Amino acid sequence: MAFIKEFGCWLPRRTVTSEEAGAWVGSDAEWVKNVSGIEERRFAEETDTVADLAARAGSDCLARAGIEAKDLGMILLASGTGGRAFPGPACSAARLLGAEGVPALDVPMASAGSLFALSLASRLAAQLGPILVIGAEIMSRIVLREPRERGVAVLFGDGAGACLVTPDPGPAEIIDSVLASDGTYAEDLMLENGAPLKMNGRSVILQASRKIPAAIRAVLERHSIGPAAVQVFLMHQANQNLLDKIAATLGVPAERFFSNIRRYGNTSSASLLIAACEWFRAEGFRPGAPVVFAAFGAGFHWGALLARGAGA
Amino acid sequence: MDRRSKLIEIMKNVTKKDIDISPEDSLFESGILDSFALPDLVSALEQEFSISIPDSDLNPRKFDSIRRIEEYLDSRS
Repeated sequence: MAFIKEFGCWLPRRTVTSEEAGAWVGSDAEWVKNVSGIEERRFAEETDTVADLAARAGSDCLARAGIEAKDLGMILLASGTGGRAFPGPACSAARLLGAEGVPALDVPMASAGSLFALSLASRLAAQLGPILVIGAEIMSRIVLREPRERGVAVLFGDGAGACLVTPDPGPAEIIDSVLASDGTYAEDLMLENGAPLKMNGRSVILQASRKIPAAIRAVLERHSIGPAAVQVFLMHQANQNLLDKIAATLGVPAERFFSNIRRYGNTSSASLLIAACEWFRAEGFRPGAPVVFAAFGAGFHWGALLARGAGA
Repeated sequence: MDRRSKLIEIMKNVTKKDIDISPEDSLFESGILDSFALPDLVSALEQEFSISIPDSDLNPRKFDSIRRIEEYLDSRS
């Protein structure tokens, strides 16, 4: 058994409005909002690294949980923007957290990385003890590369989220997860070293709009739970229009899908845990109520994870 | 109603736009379809033509014109 103990997050102070981002591609804030739901995003300082952001979110999470970094069994850091081939940011983030000696594993996956890391943590926590899962991204350095593409440059932001998964009881138990990958589409969403991000938006949206609801249904059906019974859907915050479409496909009100994309844009693998952190602090798990985490990203990798509020 | 007329009706319902293009014109380039209408079009095709379109067939190019949609439907018949 594995439990969600606590969440943490950290967002840069610098806010970039959609008016500013829209101007990069000859458009305006209204267009950006219509195609994505995004009104502003945060950009990290030039001196910040992914490991810095990860450590700040991780520290926030550990402080709230009352656990010291040296007592962790493992750190999993999901990021598609680690900045170099090796070493990845996990070991640097661990050092910044004061967790020298704790195994720190990189999950170099954009967008779906936090979900995969959460699933992995839920299976390893019983053997290793508390696992700190972090998603951290500095997408701004990617979107500011020339040429700035209209369908890419306005979508992304920076940030970090974290989740502590423990074998000891916490506010929610992780029940099950469904994960999948298909490299057929590897070139439809791709970031090569030093190059601008390449995205076939039509393919991404088409596949995501089918695969995410299918994964959510699959994990719910294993436990005879209907979508209407789910307290909240915590998603990778890719695009508000996509969140609304998935809600409609599942037949649940769009409000059931927590959304903060308006304020932060798409922060890739950080977004799921930033969203979960904000939801947890505002509302939190209801005893016995199912909660679904889901994501889709470059690869393609996708999946859904089912948790249930403890204490019913 | 012949198949093409049915296709145009489906597209009108999905996009809420007039479909006044030639069968070869790109539905994307002409502004009729966008990324978020495409999944709805695929779902409508499945429903109206009683077919199941596997994820492996979900290449946007297959649905980029009336002609290409017809060719795809032919391949499934």
